[in-house]
Amino acid sequence: MTTTYAILAIFVSGGVTLLIRAFPFLLFGRNRELSPSISYLGNILPFAAMGILIVYCLRNVAWLQAPHGLPEILAIILVALLHIWRRNNLISIGLGTVFYMILVQQIF
Amino acid sequence: MKIWKQAWLASLPVMVGYIFVGIAFGLLLYSEGYSWIWAMASSIIVYAGSMQFVLVSFLSSGASLLTVAITTLTVNSRHLFYGISFIERFKKMGIWKPYMIYSLSDETYSLLCLAQSRGEDNPKHYLLVSVFNQLSWIIGSILGALIGTYIPFNSTGIDFAMTALFVVIFIEQVYQSPSKLPGIIGLASGIICLIILGPNRFILPALIIAVTILMGFKKKIEVTA
Repeated sequence: MTTTYAILAIFVSGGVTLLIRAFPFLLFGRNRELSPSISYLGNILPFAAMGILIVYCLRNVAWLQAPHGLPEILAIILVALLHIWRRNNLISIGLGTVFYMILVQQIF
Repeated sequence: MKIWKQAWLASLPVMVGYIFVGIAFGLLLYSEGYSWIWAMASSIIVYAGSMQFVLVSFLSSGASLLTVAITTLTVNSRHLFYGISFIERFKKMGIWKPYMIYSLSDETYSLLCLAQSRGEDNPKHYLLVSVFNQLSWIIGSILGALIGTYIPFNSTGIDFAMTALFVVIFIEQVYQSPSKLPGIIGLASGIICLIILGPNRFILPALIIAVTILMGFKKKIEVTA
């Protein structure tokens, strides 16, 4: 593909991404007072969005084929237990990721 | 300096993840014949991880610009809602507000939510977290294109760092949240939409359904709050 095409594609993708991110600010930004519904949604939506993002991370796991998502399930359980125990982001994420890498590289 | 150190520590899990996933991206782009300059340009101009991976395949196949636009809209649609949580917060960011909006990636959004739920009030903390995150992504993608080939270890599975981050933030939010309902609604609508619609198209419907249900439960959730 031509260089011009690649440059255009990158700018189109970047432009659309920027518009998406700016959407709430363009729509609600000028009002001094947010409507109660919007501020309620802004407070509560992150809790739901994080659940959806976890599902998004696991979207390509083949649950019906061996190992049936077992590495993901085990590693997530470890991350959750570590985090409930120590409540330290780096320990939970670091050890959980190393554990997962060992699982997918050496065991499954 | 304390604020720099705090922001650095808060960003560290994302930075580590971004460096490694960025390396994977740079490697992939390089394998299609694009040098580190392209990796850097993509990470600055697009700055949306999963879409940048999709874009690599578009660059090699030459998809139409309309396809690029529509796919970006679909892949990044979840970002439509992210800013809602920061409309008030970003008003205090002065000249940095446009940057904060532009750089609101999944992981930055998560960390800013975390800072907000912990009552962090210094605008500099929010700015530094966003900058640290993006810099690590840019550096990672350049590294990937330059030297990724020579990394002497098997990095299979390193992308789990992202999953682990979301799990950690989910647990933090369960501790902070006035009600467990929003988290359960998010997980449930995500799982149901994934089963029905498959991995490539579920996220926008899942978000719309979650928003709809959350509006329906508004009274109930606000009462428990």
